[in-house]
Amino acid sequence: MTTDTSSPRTAARAVDLAKIYGTGDTKVVALGGVTVEFTAGRYTAIMGPSGSGKSTLMHCMAALDSSTSGQVFIGDTELSELDDRELTRLRRDKIGFIFQAFNLVPTLTARENITLPLDIAGRDIDKDWFDTVIATVGLADRLGHKPNQLSGGQQQRVACARALVSQPEIIFADEPTGNLDSRSGTEVLSFLRRSVREFGQTIVMVTHDPNAAAYSDRVLFLADGRIVDEMTDPTAEKVLERMKGFDAVGQHP
Amino acid sequence: MIRATLKSLAARKLRLAMSAFAIVLGVAFVAGSYVFTDTIDRTFDDIFGGLSSDVVVRPDLPGEVDLMSGFNAGTTTTIPADLVDEVAALPDVDRADGEIESQSMFVLDTDGDVMTTQGAPGIAVNWHDGPNAEGDPVLELVDGELPEGAGEVALDDRTFEDSGYQIGDEVQFVSTGDEPRVSAELVGVVRFGESGSLAGASLSVFETGAAQDLFLDGEDAYSRISVTAAGGASAEDVRDEISAILPGDFEALTGAEVDDETASAIEEGLGFFTTFLLVFAAIALFVGIFLILNTFSILVAQRSQEMALYRALGAGRQQVTRSVMLEAAVVGVVGSTLGLLLGLGVAQLLKVVFGAFGLELGGGLVLAPRTVIVSYVVGIVVTMVAAYVPARRAAKVPPVAAMRDDVVMPDSSRRVHGWAGGGLLVIGAGVMAVGLFGSVDDAALLVGGGILGVFVGVALLAPVLAPPLLRVLAGWYPSAFGTVGRLARENALRNPRRTAATSSALMIGMALVTAISIVGASANATVDRALDDGVRAQFVVSNAVGQPFSPAIAQSVGQVDEVDEVVSVRAAPGLVDGDQTALQAFDPVAYSRAADLEIVDGSDDLSDGGFLIGEDQAESEGLSVGDTVRLTLPGSDEEIELTGIYAESPLLSGGMIVNQQTLEDGAVPAVDSLLYVVVEDGADLTALHDSLDEATADLPTVTVQDQEEFKQQSRDQVNQLLFLVYALLGLAVLIAVLGIVNTLALSVMERTREVGLLRAVGLSRRQLRRTIRLESIAIAVLGAVLGVALGVLFGVSLQRAIADDGLEVLSIPGGQLLVFVLLAAVIGVLAAVWPARRAAKLDVLRAITTE
Repeated sequence: MTTDTSSPRTAARAVDLAKIYGTGDTKVVALGGVTVEFTAGRYTAIMGPSGSGKSTLMHCMAALDSSTSGQVFIGDTELSELDDRELTRLRRDKIGFIFQAFNLVPTLTARENITLPLDIAGRDIDKDWFDTVIATVGLADRLGHKPNQLSGGQQQRVACARALVSQPEIIFADEPTGNLDSRSGTEVLSFLRRSVREFGQTIVMVTHDPNAAAYSDRVLFLADGRIVDEMTDPTAEKVLERMKGFDAVGQHP
Repeated sequence: MIRATLKSLAARKLRLAMSAFAIVLGVAFVAGSYVFTDTIDRTFDDIFGGLSSDVVVRPDLPGEVDLMSGFNAGTTTTIPADLVDEVAALPDVDRADGEIESQSMFVLDTDGDVMTTQGAPGIAVNWHDGPNAEGDPVLELVDGELPEGAGEVALDDRTFEDSGYQIGDEVQFVSTGDEPRVSAELVGVVRFGESGSLAGASLSVFETGAAQDLFLDGEDAYSRISVTAAGGASAEDVRDEISAILPGDFEALTGAEVDDETASAIEEGLGFFTTFLLVFAAIALFVGIFLILNTFSILVAQRSQEMALYRALGAGRQQVTRSVMLEAAVVGVVGSTLGLLLGLGVAQLLKVVFGAFGLELGGGLVLAPRTVIVSYVVGIVVTMVAAYVPARRAAKVPPVAAMRDDVVMPDSSRRVHGWAGGGLLVIGAGVMAVGLFGSVDDAALLVGGGILGVFVGVALLAPVLAPPLLRVLAGWYPSAFGTVGRLARENALRNPRRTAATSSALMIGMALVTAISIVGASANATVDRALDDGVRAQFVVSNAVGQPFSPAIAQSVGQVDEVDEVVSVRAAPGLVDGDQTALQAFDPVAYSRAADLEIVDGSDDLSDGGFLIGEDQAESEGLSVGDTVRLTLPGSDEEIELTGIYAESPLLSGGMIVNQQTLEDGAVPAVDSLLYVVVEDGADLTALHDSLDEATADLPTVTVQDQEEFKQQSRDQVNQLLFLVYALLGLAVLIAVLGIVNTLALSVMERTREVGLLRAVGLSRRQLRRTIRLESIAIAVLGAVLGVALGVLFGVSLQRAIADDGLEVLSIPGGQLLVFVLLAAVIGVLAAVWPARRAAKLDVLRAITTE
């Protein structure tokens, strides 16, 4: 994996990205011109109060939603130039997803869920890499189970394994621990941390939990559709402190 | 609670529409059948209603006049001319008009083709200007002049317009009289009644003397007398006055009585048609029940949280049940209303189709109150019956489920259903067997009920049968289609009850189609064998329009060189001990030279009268040789002795056989329905075929067929009937297809988040569509396989049961059954089009974030 820190590669970036819903009086600015870069091999957390635009930013970056203006690049590919078929292929080959809930197809086993993007693409599975990922998430004895036979934490770990196994350019995680108890949440977060440190994976995670954000390398703070602050090497206390400031600002506009 | 139900309904218009669809189609069929037959009834009432005068005098016919057979048979008994004068001389009689009527004077158009619709009469009458009971003229001259004397004729306006003749042209006729071919100069055009509609028949009008020459051998006589009462006298009084002076073998009836008699005869004749259509309506509704049951089950499952919320807020089980039932009632009312409207459309379509075949029905459609009431009752009851099970299940949702994320519907045990289904299957099969093989009175009812039981039994068993079958039917999906195939297979398997109910609907249609095709193939194979083994005659002469034909044909065929023997077969209705029976008349000795006639008891000699009857028939009636029955014909009523008993065969199904003299003595017109032609040994068949064609050239509708052609014709007849039944069963299949569409569409809605997830991780729209298509094919093929299996069972049992009554040979059209299964796969593809497109259109982001 490339861990060359002298000239860090950019896994994804947005330039003056805006997303506006409605027109006239009903106009809502979800994103008001965001420019941001996500460096390869780094773990970024996006935080902000409800309605700050953090989910919208992630959806636009992950080719799930279209932007009103501005550009999004995954690697060197500009998303607005792609049609639906190319976007589907991009999601399949270049992006990994971990959602808050409902990450798995209920009719498929854990193994089938993990290899789903590769199977859809008709790509061969790198057996060594698969074993490495399975060993890391600790699911070796659970591969034949259907999702409803797994606990919530196990299900999220399967989702993580699925995101990793196709070795995407970047993984987007949307509140991956939102539905988990703290122990399972910690497991999932440490696993994501390890995949960045050991495999050089790029991860962007939306969260509102300062403890989750503390696992990242860098935290971006969004408010009212703009990036208002940034913090490297965060701790839960520092993040919480910063968030309190937003609430205060929010209360006295 | 009621308001909550209605609001929830309004919020789900699409689902409402989809579940109402089955009801709409079923009710449309019921309403369409009623409206159409009512419209036919009205047309016939118009035609025959305006026909009778105040009082009618006619030969006293035994039993009731059967109109349908009356078209072909009639009577040769006549009313002497002086009786007309006697009646006219009575004080309360204003006028008495002698009428001559023939039902078999068929007009040929300028191309030489018969103009009447198949089965409809070619009516010929003499002209008179006596009014009907309302005082209106029955016939009105609209163009040209009235026929005066021999060789002149007037036609009704509809026939005239279609024929291509101009006034002054020589019109060609075909009749069953001694002279098969007649022509007359067209001098005028008449209009019949107000609408001019004759429901496919044609009407030719001759001068009285000319008509007597043509139809009564020149005798100065009439077929009946139309009497008009003098001012002030009632029809009943005049009838009684006339009755007093009539000789015993004539009767006087008021016009109203004659009209009633005609109307009830028509209703009886059409009753079969109505029953036929209603059976298919019942099948459609039965299939519809599965669709509604499934739709409501899915809707209730999707709303289980809402139900649980109601329960948590204090609604009782009863209230939840009632709310679902109320929803069903609303769906039923909406569905019935739309069905009724669609039914009017269906009836209109049938009317247009009938019109295209020459049977024009005048006036608008008839919507009787009975049609409306039955439509609503059937629609609402069927919906509520189908919704009851899901409603009960909804009520069982525990209140605490409202607080949970994933509600699992309480499911009644699959094993209980399996046992119940197995039990019903066994009982149904047993009842069916009793109906088929036992000797019971209501056999049809037992067979129908048994089949119903088997269907419901298999449908209940289907959730148990479906998973192993699907693993076989869709087992090859993953290896052929990879992940897409695996997803499709697992989706088909994920809810066996739903998959089973959906495919059960298709199963029913497929089972019936299969059974019918087996019966049809067996009928064809049986006829083939009967003709191969049982018929020695090299040629068969018959009339293409199904009408009997003049005996003059038999004579001219007999004169052709190298023809050894011509055996004429006649048919007529008669009363045997008071029951209407179809009689066949031929000389058994001559017949046995043309075809097999195996006498098992007594003798085949009918030269001194007497009759033959089939073995089984004799047994069931308790008749043995030497016994007598009372045979009543239009002009005779006497005891007749059983001289011989024959073995039934596909050609002779066991009915009563008399000699032709018996019919003629009974005043039945001498007309042949079929001729068997036996040729001399060594004759050149090709040359002889040409000679025979020449001998029958006078009558364009009478055809000469060799054995192969005759076989093909009877095959065509069977196939025609099959296609009609297929077309009607197609409706049941259509509903089943809608059921698949509905289930898939609702499943897609249910799996919105899953679809979103799959799309997010890179499943393309095309792959998603293929997944749904493959699931649909699996469901459809499952239904087809179950249906074909059941259909083979039904078809074979049916054939076994009536093997002795003319369906000896069992033939299972394997290729055809395979085609049915392949068609089911195509149906699956078609059914998936809309749900697949819907799923593919889902916005990925919204699908993932949906709650």
